[in-house]
Amino acid sequence: MSNPILAQFMNELLSGRLKLVDLTQTLAPEFPTIVLPPEFGQAWPFRIEEISRYDERGPAWYWNNFSMSEHTGTHFDAPAHWISGKDLPDNTVDSIPAENFIAAACVIDVSAESAENPDFLLTVDYVKAWEEQHGRIPERAWVLLRTDWSKRATPKEYLNMAEDGAHSPGPDAEVVPWLVRERNVHGFGTESVGTDAGQAHHLNPPYPCHYYMHGNNRYGLQCLTNLDQLPPQGALIFAAPLKIRNGSGSPLRVLALAPSA
Amino acid sequence: MSEALVKPKKKNPVERTRLATLPPGARSRSAQGLTRAAAEGSFELQVCADCATVQYPPREVCGHCLSEHLTWEPVDNRGELIALTTLRHSNDLYFRERLPWRVGTVKMAAGPVVVAHVHEDCATPDTSGVPVRLSLKLDRSGQAVLHALPEKDTPNMNDAPQMRESTCDPKFRRVLVTDGKSAMGMAVAKAMLDAGASAVFLGDPTTWKTVAAFDKLAADPRVQVVELDVTDTDSVDRLAASIGGKVEILVNTASYLRDGGILGRKDVILARDAMEVNVLGLMRLAQAFGPGMCFRAADGSNHAVAWVNVLSIHALAALPARGAWSASMAAALSAAQTLRAELRGAGVRVVNIFPGPIDEEWEQLTPPPKLAPSAVAKAIVRGLQDGVEDVYVGEIAEEIRERLRENHKGVERELGQ
Amino acid sequence: MSTEVSTEVSTPVSPVARKRLGYDGVVAVMPVTIPYARYSTHSAHWWLGRALGELIRGAGVAKTEVDGVCVSSFTLGPDTAVGLMQHLGMSPRWLDHIPMGGASGVVALRRAARAVQAGDAEVIACIAGDTNQVDSFRNTVSQFSRFAQDAVYPYGAGGPNASFALLTGYYMKHFGATREDFGKLCVAQRDNALKNPHALMKKPLTLAQYIDARPITDPIHLFDCVMPCAGAEGYLVMTEDRARALKLPFVRIRSTIERHNAFPEDPIQFRGGWAMDKDALYEHAEAAPEDIDFLETYDDYPVINMMQFEDLGFCAKGEASAFVRKHSFTIAGDFPFNTSGGQLSVGQAGAAGGYLGLVQALRQLTASAGATQLEGARLGMVSGFGMINYDRGLCSGAAILERGLTRGEAA
Repeated sequence: MSNPILAQFMNELLSGRLKLVDLTQTLAPEFPTIVLPPEFGQAWPFRIEEISRYDERGPAWYWNNFSMSEHTGTHFDAPAHWISGKDLPDNTVDSIPAENFIAAACVIDVSAESAENPDFLLTVDYVKAWEEQHGRIPERAWVLLRTDWSKRATPKEYLNMAEDGAHSPGPDAEVVPWLVRERNVHGFGTESVGTDAGQAHHLNPPYPCHYYMHGNNRYGLQCLTNLDQLPPQGALIFAAPLKIRNGSGSPLRVLALAPSA
Repeated sequence: MSEALVKPKKKNPVERTRLATLPPGARSRSAQGLTRAAAEGSFELQVCADCATVQYPPREVCGHCLSEHLTWEPVDNRGELIALTTLRHSNDLYFRERLPWRVGTVKMAAGPVVVAHVHEDCATPDTSGVPVRLSLKLDRSGQAVLHALPEKDTPNMNDAPQMRESTCDPKFRRVLVTDGKSAMGMAVAKAMLDAGASAVFLGDPTTWKTVAAFDKLAADPRVQVVELDVTDTDSVDRLAASIGGKVEILVNTASYLRDGGILGRKDVILARDAMEVNVLGLMRLAQAFGPGMCFRAADGSNHAVAWVNVLSIHALAALPARGAWSASMAAALSAAQTLRAELRGAGVRVVNIFPGPIDEEWEQLTPPPKLAPSAVAKAIVRGLQDGVEDVYVGEIAEEIRERLRENHKGVERELGQ
Repeated sequence: MSTEVSTEVSTPVSPVARKRLGYDGVVAVMPVTIPYARYSTHSAHWWLGRALGELIRGAGVAKTEVDGVCVSSFTLGPDTAVGLMQHLGMSPRWLDHIPMGGASGVVALRRAARAVQAGDAEVIACIAGDTNQVDSFRNTVSQFSRFAQDAVYPYGAGGPNASFALLTGYYMKHFGATREDFGKLCVAQRDNALKNPHALMKKPLTLAQYIDARPITDPIHLFDCVMPCAGAEGYLVMTEDRARALKLPFVRIRSTIERHNAFPEDPIQFRGGWAMDKDALYEHAEAAPEDIDFLETYDDYPVINMMQFEDLGFCAKGEASAFVRKHSFTIAGDFPFNTSGGQLSVGQAGAAGGYLGLVQALRQLTASAGATQLEGARLGMVSGFGMINYDRGLCSGAAILERGLTRGEAA
């Protein structure tokens, strides 16, 4: 007996009333990776080498080797990624319960503010104002910050480095614990290279999104794209990281289901 | 006097590119002693330890007293050109394309009589000889040859076609500096421009990073900034597809230096990163740029000529405090030796630079003496102009090299303290 | 000192400790030339085999009667004289391989004569020959010697042209020789060659043509150079008794010399080993330069002819130019010289070039030189020069030969 709900779901999808949006950036060597001070170990960027391509290295087949860090390209942050989440249960990509890989999403559009001010910080007040317009953030939902950062054409514009470091939008130090405590969110996602703002090392605590989200066993998504194709409320996110033993995160394909406009 | 080289005209795009040919490269094992001296830019011949007779051509046994104790020693390079001829015919493909060609007989002050290439600024001997200096240089086959040079330097000496065959002068050549954003890269770019390079392709591995000095250098109309990350095969291939046919000298300044030995770390990430840049980067560049350079190795007076690897003296002797990096340097040297063999068929020279510590951010804690990047860059240019293939830069490099010859175990122990 | 070797500078005159034996009872017979070809598809074995065949058939001896063989060739490799013996089905009891280039003919005669005299062999065939395939010359030059490989060939790969250009230039500057002097010799030799059916050069040469020829390697021009070709030469050495029994015209050996690496202290070659040994040569022959009726020298370049005039005592050092200007060198001239035309006009068939003068001298002294025949030649001199190992020719040799029985007398 087929399940009527899944059958209806497929019908909705096939009829086009539901659309599937790919929130994933293409993995390519030139895609920027987070830059730490050079004395720290660095996350490997995406690198790819052909093993063979219908040639003397393999006449009938094409395949590649690739290498990258757990935090390269569009990727998932597990709680174990941050020190605040290091002792929590099920805090690595292999131990996170599979049902956590599906969740609703709220998309907060701060693209206009970010265009004006690359250091724009999301505040509690801003979220409250957003809720007044789009409704309350439901329990266990992803909060995705639309900044249109994914539309920046070059690595230079995307990382937006100055002598005092990167400049990109993110949450402030108050809104993150508020989202966890008051809204019981599933995690936080961004278009930029980290879930925290470019200048987040100056906040208290530094990198509050990492600190509070992971400290409360919540998740992070970054380097997302196509957030402009999602409604403020009502999208469903499939975000299942690779099952890396004790992995702190993983590149992944992030898919969103949303009603067609 | 030699005429000053003029900037080559733009190439006729429908003309066939002349392929590289090589001068005769066969040598006996003894004659390779000349190659070593030439490769390092010194002038040495065999000297008999028993009777002090200077030997030439290289021998197994002293031609005077039959002692088998012949050692390679620096000798007086002065001599008298007593006979001179201009070849207008040769059965060898390489020389046929380069006629007329001057060779002569030089009676050395040190004793032997040698046949040498004769610089066009040397006068023609009459009943009395013409004083000359002899210089050992590597020819396009990578083997040592003797050049008779005028007693004193003359203007544009290095521009003489015969000299261009044994040197790799940057004058009017286009140079790719693979990492142009490092202090070393910028210094090399400047030195190349000062030496008359017609263009510098300045590699930028971190386009997201703004470096004021780099931007200033990039404003020079002879400089063209190119994206190049040697750890990214795609990036290397893309660049080679774009400018591979224009690179006449490649200076690989891409470098990854971090402190740390082997036991002190829990991972090999640093080591792997060093290998990625210092070794695999070199190999990627070689695979992408090598064939194009070989193809253009006889293409006009500014043909592709040299591949320069900026290594370290620690390629020869590990510095355990930077063990992983030292290993990558040794591996890079080994790769460079293979590359040298592979490029030799086209006459493209691989020049390895062995500096001591350099005054740059990753050597902050290294006590002086440290080399300014500009000093290393000057040494690179000089090495290319002189036509050598191994350049040791600075007192520390010289000392380690010297002591490696004396007692390599001692060097090993001392560097490990 | 690990070694106790005397390094006293050699005196320019060879010290002869003991009186040398004469070559009494030994003769050279049967001069043979296998006509030269500019290029050949055959190997050296073919040319050497033909020469041996001509010698055996011409002398009327059985193949098995030739019990000694002396071989010279540059292109026989990888074989040596030994391999050639199996190739030719010979079982000699005496075998020599003489790699002395232009000195081979004279040196072979010395070796063979002593072997026959001592009874080590009865009939010795001396043969020299080379093929000339399109790449032979370049290969021979590039692999000529270790010193050449290490210290000459990389310098323009000019081969012997370059080496001779240097010493020719030096000789001209120091001794006043001119291109006209060289040209006079070349023109005379060409004149002689026109009478020699074996000569590859068939057209007359004028001095103007010589002077105006294309420069090859200054001051060497086209007609200063020999033309590499394929060919073979040979002769037999046996006892006089045997030659008489076989009714073969023969030539007696009055004296011979050889020398290697003479004057190593000379910064550049302006004299050859003959200068060390010429007194011994004449003394042994009990002859003087003026007794010599004709001279066949090794002539790969004209300058070396000039040195031979001087070093063999026909004029003093530095006076060859005056000597050349004073004499005429044709067959009909007052100093008959290189009567075959020499290598400059006949061609240089590799090691056979080292036999050319000797074989021609045997013809002259047996009255079988055809159109090149000199009237009444009694004493002839042959000299050889070979092996530019590094910067100079190392081997020198010479022989004074005397008419024995001419063709008419033998028959």
